[in-house]
Amino acid sequence: MKTHHSTEPVIETRGLRMRYGTTDVLDGVDLSLHRGEVLALLGPNGAGKTTTIEILEGFRQRSAGEVEVLGVDPDHGDEAWRARLGVVLQSWRDHGRWRVRELLDHQGRYYAPYRTTERDRPYPADELIELVGLTQEANTPVGKLSGGQRRRLDVAIGIVGKPELLFLDEPTVGFDPEARQDFHDLVRRLAELEDTSILLTTHDLDEAEKLADRIMILLGGRIVSDGSAAELARQISSKAEVRYTDNGEPRVASVPNATAYVRALFEERGDAIGDLEVRRATLQDTYLTLVRDFESGQRTGVPRELAEVTA
Amino acid sequence: MNARSMAVRTGLRRGWIEFRQTTTNVGEMIGWLWLPITALIVMYAVGDNTLPGTDFTVGSQAIPGILGMSLVFTGLMGLAMALTMDREDGTLLRAKATPNGMLGYLIGKVTSRAGLTISVLVGVLIPAAFLFDGLRLGSASAWAALIGVLVLGLLATLPIGAVLGAVFTNAQSLGFITMLIMGLAGISGVFYPITALPEWLQWIAQVFPVYWLGLGMRWALLPDALSVAEIGGSWRHLETLGVLGAWFVVAPVVLRRMARRESGSSVAANRDKVAQRMA
Repeated sequence: MKTHHSTEPVIETRGLRMRYGTTDVLDGVDLSLHRGEVLALLGPNGAGKTTTIEILEGFRQRSAGEVEVLGVDPDHGDEAWRARLGVVLQSWRDHGRWRVRELLDHQGRYYAPYRTTERDRPYPADELIELVGLTQEANTPVGKLSGGQRRRLDVAIGIVGKPELLFLDEPTVGFDPEARQDFHDLVRRLAELEDTSILLTTHDLDEAEKLADRIMILLGGRIVSDGSAAELARQISSKAEVRYTDNGEPRVASVPNATAYVRALFEERGDAIGDLEVRRATLQDTYLTLVRDFESGQRTGVPRELAEVTA
Repeated sequence: MNARSMAVRTGLRRGWIEFRQTTTNVGEMIGWLWLPITALIVMYAVGDNTLPGTDFTVGSQAIPGILGMSLVFTGLMGLAMALTMDREDGTLLRAKATPNGMLGYLIGKVTSRAGLTISVLVGVLIPAAFLFDGLRLGSASAWAALIGVLVLGLLATLPIGAVLGAVFTNAQSLGFITMLIMGLAGISGVFYPITALPEWLQWIAQVFPVYWLGLGMRWALLPDALSVAEIGGSWRHLETLGVLGAWFVVAPVVLRRMARRESGSSVAANRDKVAQRMA
């Protein structure tokens, strides 16, 4: 995974709000994506992930806040701006009668006038077909592809213009584990191959951990946490669980500093301590607890301690 | 190359690809041809009588009207159905996500539907030439007139199709329009001279393109003397141009108004609906 990024922001939002009637779907989202970075927007269904991504893509008008995508307000993005983006939405069923190569070749043509010295747009169709592993299906009608193949085609269409910024909305919903693994490999290859910044949404923490340099957790229309997987683990699970036996009696303690606790334990009790086990709550545990707490009644706001953590 | 002219060229390519996909699909072509072919068969079976005051058969005089009806039906419904389906399955959103994609999409769609309409007309005209006598198919001027009426007809009906495609959100509800066109065909003098109808029905029919395209087709394909069976005993070229021209001008104005109202959110909402239906 890459650790060094240029600080040039590709996406920058400040106080992004989206209101339908009296409901705030997005309630002040501050989000930034840097060049070359893979950012996962993680949250349960209904958290506002798709709304956020559609505002950034210029498909939805926001209610309030400042948004810049590749230096342009998406509400006023022109065709040249659009040529620098790649979009993979949640569900496409279009162009069922077109053949895979035919469609990729066709979509690519729109990008040719936007070729630059840095980006030789578009991808040649055959190269792209190979990249996403559809060589066998190059002449298959799109409507006859399996779900996983269709999704890989969607990604191929999303990147045919060699985008500087790629949006992936819930890219692996409905995948079996093998298809998911293939897809993850593909996304990682994309991020490394071209200088492509990626914003992906997912409700699968495992996926976010595998793919993203940075994870933002969106709950109830607000970002409640922002950092690398390791940072998140430290931020939201600051306590570790220490299990041991004291003269054969099982004991459990939940402590903020496990190392100091264990050292003190041995100094005091020495050989009486056995079966020592130190376990930091996994990110998955913490995330699920977070979502569950939120869903069981706290719909109106973010748990206070978390709001402080991110502040 | 300039991005917009590239999109126009890509759109024309798109039109060709989609035209091929439609015309090589037997089921779909049967769907477009069954109505006019049924009309042909009926006229062949019952059309032996001659028009009063002429020695021209009712069957032969109905062929141009059937062509006009097919033109309206295919041009208008073809585009309307394609647009509603493309909105449902995400094709329109894909075009929106592509630089100049909407321009290419529209050019492709209009081209492919115009091509489909012409294919349907040819598919009707060929059997008609064998089954019916008296059509001026050997005359170059008749063909020139036919092409002129065809172009005018496409210009008048495709924009209406685009408006309907924008208004109706699913293909099923377009069935209503099919019924309407069939009803119009009944009162527009397609099968028998309109002058046999009560005058108030004649006035209603003359608002819509079905009548005028039938008239134009009759002018192109029938002997000149048959104008006596028309309203005012004339082919009424100026009126034809006027009414069809009005449809051509009005429809895009309506369309532009609607396009302004149609924001990304409604497109996305549509997609959400489809996603839910699929889930």
